[in-house]
Amino acid sequence: MARRLNILEHALSSLLRRKQKNLAIIVVYTLTVATIASVLFLTQSLRSEAVNVLAAAPDIVVQRLAAGRHDLIPIADAEQIRRMPGVGKVEPRVWGYYYDSLKKVNFTLMGVKDSPTNLPLLQGTFPANNEQCTLGKGIAEAYGVTIGDSLVLVDSSNSSKLYQVSGLFIADSELLTNDLILLQEAELRRFFKLPDGRATDLAVEVYNQREVATLAKKIKLALPDSRPIGKTEILHTYDTVFNWRSGIMLTLFASALIAFCILAWDKATGISADEKREIGILKAIGWDTNDVLLLKFWEGLAISLTAFLLGAIIAYLHVFFYGAGLLAPVLQGWSVLFPQFNLTPAIDLYQLFVLALLTIVPYIACTIVPAWKTAVTDPDSVMRS
Amino acid sequence: MPTLIETKDLCKIYNRHKPDELQALSDVAFSIDQGQVAVLKGPSGSGKTSLLSLIGCMARPTSGSIRLADKDVAKLPERFLAELRRDLFGFIFQQFNLMRELSLFDNILLPLYPTEISGKEMKSRADEILRQLELGDRKQQKVKQLSGGEQQRVAIARALINQPEIIIADEPTAHLDRALTEELLTILARLKQNGKTIIIATHDPAIYQQQELIDRSYLMHDGNLLEVERL
Repeated sequence: MARRLNILEHALSSLLRRKQKNLAIIVVYTLTVATIASVLFLTQSLRSEAVNVLAAAPDIVVQRLAAGRHDLIPIADAEQIRRMPGVGKVEPRVWGYYYDSLKKVNFTLMGVKDSPTNLPLLQGTFPANNEQCTLGKGIAEAYGVTIGDSLVLVDSSNSSKLYQVSGLFIADSELLTNDLILLQEAELRRFFKLPDGRATDLAVEVYNQREVATLAKKIKLALPDSRPIGKTEILHTYDTVFNWRSGIMLTLFASALIAFCILAWDKATGISADEKREIGILKAIGWDTNDVLLLKFWEGLAISLTAFLLGAIIAYLHVFFYGAGLLAPVLQGWSVLFPQFNLTPAIDLYQLFVLALLTIVPYIACTIVPAWKTAVTDPDSVMRS
Repeated sequence: MPTLIETKDLCKIYNRHKPDELQALSDVAFSIDQGQVAVLKGPSGSGKTSLLSLIGCMARPTSGSIRLADKDVAKLPERFLAELRRDLFGFIFQQFNLMRELSLFDNILLPLYPTEISGKEMKSRADEILRQLELGDRKQQKVKQLSGGEQQRVAIARALINQPEIIIADEPTAHLDRALTEELLTILARLKQNGKTIIIATHDPAIYQQQELIDRSYLMHDGNLLEVERL
């Protein structure tokens, strides 16, 4: 044990001797890890946000299609769906998008009748009358309002209306509520000039999750102009989109990784005359090949682990504290560019482990192999230097 | 005193079966008793360093035997040879072979790192040797900042830190002036008094003419040990 610690101590002091060279390697290594880890963290976090969103989403959303486009659905269709065996609740939902051209912000406006149980509040209450609204965090921050303040929205008739903020959303998933404004349903219909007897879509609850696909087919048969979308289908779409986007990013950054590997290989295989001489000295004064390899292992581990941890920390801060400023525009898509939202930290340890494996192990190998080649030769060459 | 090192029919050929093959040693018979000082004289390229390398377990002979305290070490696996180099030998090289970017103190500790000796014990040993060689006040200085004489003393300190039985010195005065050579001779005499066995390769008369110090004198020429003088 003492031997290992002694060699570790020497390895660390050895690294300090070549400060500039090792610092340069750590910087390049850290940036490579930080970039790739940022993509992984961001993708994983968005996927996890999507899962959170879908946890609160209905089992099936039924939309109506007219000429291949989303149209309002008759509320009477809800009754037909409700009569199908296996279906629980069917809720007509009224919602729409609102764009504030001054702030250049996209919102989702949703109508509610009672207090929705799947949307936890940070503070305050849901809108109790046509003069109140409940806001997501992103909107509150964009307008600088809080409970009790007033918010002006311009309706479909181009008239401004003042709403009193009655509550703010808590954010387990910021993606879910960040850009959401709740109004009373009647007020929302007036706001968007939506006709009575029609809804934006129908939210269907299914008792047995394994029946979701079958019921979706039955709904399609019963209502041919409808488009039933299952929860897993949405999740799959999110997954595909994020995987595709992160795939593109990772392909781009693969060149960075390859450049790093070339650097590491060059550094390792091009063991300098000085390093060869040092290995010779160590062997001559009683170090055996294993001791030299242990020394090189500690050196490689110290550099690669330091750089990997720094890279992972920088990526974590970049993604979860600074909103992934460098990558978010590519990975998130237009609808969530504004208002700003902070991602909920979600890390896939398996991905992190693979990244560690793909960077630390090759680096250590690149350090050890050439040292081994030198260390297995007789040390008497040092006597002749 | 018992014979500590004995070689028989020792041959060393470098780059064997290659165009630049070189016979460095031919049938060398060398011996030294415990506590003696032996000197290998001879011009450059005569095979002194090759013989020291083989005796010091840094290389393997092409043929012949090397008996160290009555054990044949010529065919031992590398890790045993490394152990012998660490536990039995202290080396003083012609070019000092110090790590220039390390401090004097860290250089001295190098042979002890791959041992089970604790950090505290290592440092106390190093402090003691530095005190004996009057280098205590400079221990944190980098080797590259030291004079030639000081570097020589650091090399000696490193050779002694593992408390070796045998000290091998290859042209130890090659880079020293007369005063520093005198200083080295004093140190070697002290080591002899302490019972160390010392083998010195040199062509410096200031060393090989030290009759009080030298017990055996060998002359090497073209890889042959031509003459043995027992003083």
